[in-house]
Parts: sequence; structure tokens; C-alpha cells
Amino acid sequence: MEIESGSPEETEAVAARLAPRLAPGDVLTVSGELGAGKTTFVRGACRALGVREPVTSPTFTVGHRYDGHVPVSHIDLYRFAGVSAAEWGDLEPYFEDTVCFVEWPEAAAGALPPVRIAVTLRHVDADRRLIVLDAPAGMLEGVRSWTSSRSTPQRAS
Amino acid sequence: MILGVETSCDETAAALVTRGGEVLANVVSSQADLHARYGGVVPEVASRRHLELVVPVVREALAEANATLDDIETVAVTNGPGLIGALLVGLSAAKALAWARRLALVPVDHLHGHVASLYLEPEPVEPPFACLLASGGHTLLLDVRDHGGYRVLGTTLDDAAGEAFDKGARLLGLGYPGGAAIDRLAREGDAEAYTFPVARVPGLDFSFSGLKTALLYAVRDLPHGELERRRPDLAASYQRAIIRALVERVEAAASRLGAEQVAVVGGVAANSELRASLPAAALAPLPLCTDNAAMIASAARFVEAIPWPGYLAVDARASAA
Repeated sequence: MEIESGSPEETEAVAARLAPRLAPGDVLTVSGELGAGKTTFVRGACRALGVREPVTSPTFTVGHRYDGHVPVSHIDLYRFAGVSAAEWGDLEPYFEDTVCFVEWPEAAAGALPPVRIAVTLRHVDADRRLIVLDAPAGMLEGVRSWTSSRSTPQRAS
Repeated sequence: MILGVETSCDETAAALVTRGGEVLANVVSSQADLHARYGGVVPEVASRRHLELVVPVVREALAEANATLDDIETVAVTNGPGLIGALLVGLSAAKALAWARRLALVPVDHLHGHVASLYLEPEPVEPPFACLLASGGHTLLLDVRDHGGYRVLGTTLDDAAGEAFDKGARLLGLGYPGGAAIDRLAREGDAEAYTFPVARVPGLDFSFSGLKTALLYAVRDLPHGELERRRPDLAASYQRAIIRALVERVEAAASRLGAEQVAVVGGVAANSELRASLPAAALAPLPLCTDNAAMIASAARFVEAIPWPGYLAVDARASAA
């Protein structure tokens, strides 16, 4: 599914509509270039999962843990060249019984647990982003529907 | 004397500090050389590296201070926030050493440690003060009333200031560490050449993510082959935007608190424009700005120690307290 977002707020809203379908054990990869809105997307989902503290980029800290209605992990492999067995030992606790978001998952290649939803964000222009969601059949029903009254839905073809 | 151990992120560090705050040894096994070799990417973030280095750095700290294990009265160790596996290496090493020698242990909050870098000799800073803590992983404004802790006034809502420098350097095709590379290049550029938006977020919070995106588009919009020529101007303008945001907020915090003193800690405190923009601010010496263990031992002077052997169940925590 492809959804066009016109602002960081809309990107958060798309993630928020996806969030109620997530459960501990789910792994979501969030890919995209610098500035594409990966942390913004994760923040939107975290808010909907009941996380109240600031959801910030884990690029330097590598992993964040949040307690929402469910435990949430947010990891970032930006600084990794690959993920060795030793490094996997450090990352593994973040996947245990959490909804786990993984930014820059490419470094882990095949080392991640099975991914439930792959999210890709692409630059369209300075404000707009294309959000591509790759998820099991039926899981994304209603995610596209626009609930905000102030905006008109923008649909990708 | 206090033995400090720090392994919350990339650095494996050990230090020896006296009760009075004198630094006898401060050893940081910096991985900066590795960063440079791999173009800004850490080849092995990780506990295994800490595990290999934790005993050697403690040994080296003892040798540097001309001390032995018998001289250690208290062990201080970072127990969060940080990468859980990495924290556990330092915490386990510290517990083992303290337990075997029947010493007290002080679990230290990494952020309190950064603040406590200001309490070390030879020029200790006395609270109260408004404190900007800016590094790769954190950007916070703190209200510091006493040596024992701090209150958070504001935080970044997205990227940390040090991360904004690092990612900006990547967008400009500069090397690692990005903060130093931008700082250097900015001196040759015109800081007013580009206007990068300083995000307007309410209160005393920060946002640097939009700034990074603005730089990305400024670089993309350049005619082919122009980047080389415009790079110093881009670096200077981008740095100006980050520093302006930091300075505005720390000054707003100080005025809100009625604080007469402002202090800056964390790796971004090394930035020359930040230093020039806050000439009256108290700053820790550069080796104490980035992650180190002397600051951890320093914080432990103001936190109640857990007597032997009650600390074995102390756990590492991933998030800020």
C-alpha cells in the first residue's frame, strides 16, 4: 500500500492508524534516506501505543525502550556496517516481547527476526513523502482512510 | 579514591577521582580511529568490544594514578541510560570488583555524570546553574540546583544536536567525526549565505530534524558540481542554525530560572562557535566533555553509595530515569 503524506503530522497520523494492529513480537522495519521521516513515523506509532515521553532518534544511542500500553523498542542501525553475532547479542533484548521498530534495517540484512511490516519512506519534495507499507494481507485495511477533518486525503495511484 | 567505570555507548572508560574531585587518572579507549576507518560507521558497536577493554582500561587508570586496587574506596558505574548490553559489561565488572573487595558501589545516571564533569578540580563549578547537555545521543536543558541531581527543563523532540552535526556532515560529504569537520569548514564559510530554519517548538524543547531535511534539499538543489564551492557556506550556515537554537534556548532557560550561571557539557561543548556565543558559560575541559569515567566518579561523590553486598541486584536501564 502506498500513501502520500503532506507533512510530518500526516506521517505520524498514518503510523497512528497502523499502531492498533500491532502486538508484542511484531517487528517493523522503517527504511528511507536521511530526512525521509523515519523517526517521525515511529513517533506517530509510539504515541498511538501510549508512549508519552519524547520519541527521539536512537542513531547514537542505538536503542530506546518505551513503556506504552505495550512495551516498545526503537532501534537504529545507521552506524552499523553489518550485524555480527556479537552485535546481535546486544540487539536481541530489544526484540523480546516488544513492538520493535528498526530504522536503517539494511545493515542487519538477514539477521533480523521475521519482519511483520516493512515501512519505506521516500522523498517526494521538501514537504511530501511517499509511505510504502508492506504487510500481511488484510492487516492494512482502513490505514489509508483519513480521519482528520481538516485535511483532504491525498492518495497515491 | 573512587574508581569510575563507563560503558553506556561507544566508549569504554575508567577513571580514578579523589573524594575532593581531583582527577588522578582518566582513561578513555576511544574508538574514534575505528570510526574514521569505516567512514562514520561503527564496525562493532558493542559489548564484546567493551568486554575486551574494560579490564585493560581499569588497569591503565590504576597505572596512570600510580595506585593499586587497595587504594579504591568506592566503585562508581554508569547504569543507564544506554545500550543495555553495553551497560551490563561495565556494571558487571564494577559489581564484581566491588563485591570481591567488599567495597560500596554507586550506580550513576549517565546524564548526571555529564553535569558532574563540572564539579571536578581544578575549577569546579558550584550550583545553581542552567545547564545545556548536548552530545550525539542527548540534547537537554537542565535546572541544576545542587550537586546531587538535576531537573529536566527541555529536551530534543527528534535528533540530538551532535547527531544533527554528524548527519549534516554526511550530507555534505565530510568525514567523521562530523561535528569537528563542520566546525573546521565553517570557519571558511559565510554563515549568512543560507537561511536554515530554526524549528519553533514551544517551551524549552529542541527540534533539529527539519534543519537536517533543509540541508538535504539545499544540497540537492545545487547545480551539478557546485557542492565543492558552496560547502563552506553550507557548513557555516548549518552550524549557525544549530548553535543559534542551542544558545537561544539556554538563555531562555537561564532567564526563566533566574540563573546567574550557565554551563555547557557534552561533546557539542567542543564546538568553537558555541563557545564563542556563550563566552560567560562554564565549560568542562574538552577531555571531560565527551563520554568519560571521571565524570561518573565525580557524580558518585554526591550520590549515596550502596554498601557491600546490597548492589548485586542493581540492573542496567535503557531509558532515562
